[in-house]
Amino acid sequence: MARALINVPAKAKRGQLIEIKALISHPMETGYRPDINGKPYPRDIINKFVCAYNGTEVFCADLHPAISANPFLSFFTVATESGTLTLTWTDDGGKLYVEKANIIVE
Amino acid sequence: MSLAADRLVARAGGFFLLFAFSVALAAEIPRGERRSGYTFMSRETQAMQDDRTTNPGMLWVLEGEAMWDRKEGAANRSCAQCHRNAAKSMKGVAARYPAFDAKLHRPVDLAQRINICRTARQQASPLAYESKELLALTAYVAAQSQGSTIAPTNDKRLTPFRSAGRDFFNLRQGQLNLSCAQCHDDNWRGRLAGSAITQAHPTGYPLYRLEWQTMGSLQRRIRNCLIGMRAEPFEYGAPNYVALELYMMWRARGLPMDSPAVRP
Amino acid sequence: MMVETRPKTHVSRATRREFLRAAGRVAGGIGLMSVVTVRPASATPDTMNKAIRGVIGEALVRTGKITLDVPALVENGNAIPLSVSVDSPMTEAAYVRRVHVFNEKNPQPYVATFHFSPRSGRAKVSTRIRLADSQKLVAIAELSDGSFWSDSVDVVVTLAACLEEPR
Repeated sequence: MARALINVPAKAKRGQLIEIKALISHPMETGYRPDINGKPYPRDIINKFVCAYNGTEVFCADLHPAISANPFLSFFTVATESGTLTLTWTDDGGKLYVEKANIIVE
Repeated sequence: MSLAADRLVARAGGFFLLFAFSVALAAEIPRGERRSGYTFMSRETQAMQDDRTTNPGMLWVLEGEAMWDRKEGAANRSCAQCHRNAAKSMKGVAARYPAFDAKLHRPVDLAQRINICRTARQQASPLAYESKELLALTAYVAAQSQGSTIAPTNDKRLTPFRSAGRDFFNLRQGQLNLSCAQCHDDNWRGRLAGSAITQAHPTGYPLYRLEWQTMGSLQRRIRNCLIGMRAEPFEYGAPNYVALELYMMWRARGLPMDSPAVRP
Repeated sequence: MMVETRPKTHVSRATRREFLRAAGRVAGGIGLMSVVTVRPASATPDTMNKAIRGVIGEALVRTGKITLDVPALVENGNAIPLSVSVDSPMTEAAYVRRVHVFNEKNPQPYVATFHFSPRSGRAKVSTRIRLADSQKLVAIAELSDGSFWSDSVDVVVTLAACLEEPR
């Protein structure tokens, strides 16, 4: 399953405000949804999302079951230098997912 | 009936066909009033569909795009090897499905057509109905028809099946004794509980339904309706669904396709 | 789908069979009976306030500076667009540290906490959330000068008319 749809501008001017969008494939099982016998499916959500810009954290979010399935996040950062934006997210099982996007800053 | 009428009926291919045809014409939504389910949604849900960077259905389209190039089955063949660039070869295809399959002597929907290709051409096992994989590939193919006008073909072999679909649409069934037509032909300007009653045009399938929190097929949506009407839903892949979809696509002719759609 | 909004649909097969035998009749549909089953304790306005205090302590919270943008009426509670924005220059001298979002009636009062820095440029985040029922949402911004600001929105959530059986 396509893990995520990441949207980062390919190019930006130094000091420009850029918007980063991430749409992540994940059921975000709340832990309250019952199965066919009435027993809830175990909770399994993405609980943390981090964006690092050339290794420095510029944004992070703590997520709870109230965040929708296939979570969507859009946030801002300032284009300071060319390099890589690294987006990582962790689920309740401790699994770490990583996606990268490059940006050219002039 | 008079002899002349007998001949007319015989030419039409059956008394039932003639009867059903005239009944349906009276209830059909006129072209000028035909509207996609998109137009009944809130601005926010419309925005979720419009923006390809935020439309959750795009996750399945992207997965389908990856599958298109993947070699599969004993034949070790990918879709791309025969069909090349999907944007060209698949453009408009979803807008004219379901289509007649000569081997099976009946129409098949897009998902079934994909599975026929998998088994016959790739010598791979068919993908399960409502599976991530089948939805992804169907979504990718359907997405190539975005904006294409729904234009059912003139294939005469489809006529009896389309009729059967029309009959089903008008059939009162289930514990609530409702027909599709009662809501979707006669009451689409109204609301059921808090929800708008749409005209039920399958312009956006497969689509991301907020209620499901995932992607799903038209068959899943029809099953939801049947369950809601307290009628017995058919198994996935039943010819009844294909016949119904055939009629619904004819009923939606002239509207543009908008898969992957988002719906509440 | 949040359980507590639709107790009627989430009847386990066993419970339903017992009920039917007891009632001495066969009911075909799921929605015809009001048998309440798996139902986690929902949050209440009190729970939300406790959660807020747990996160920000005894600090004074004022209204202003922060805007919580959520549609007042949504057609489905599973994917409600939410946007939160704080009026701040986002410089080293004055920036937004965190924004917390809380809800009133979901099983848990927390929605998310967003962490910013001067590198954020703008303290604005958009996401989609799930609400079990019509309720109030509260967003609280924590600024670098230690002050707290809040905004709240009342959201009406409509449910689908026909429900799908658990698959």
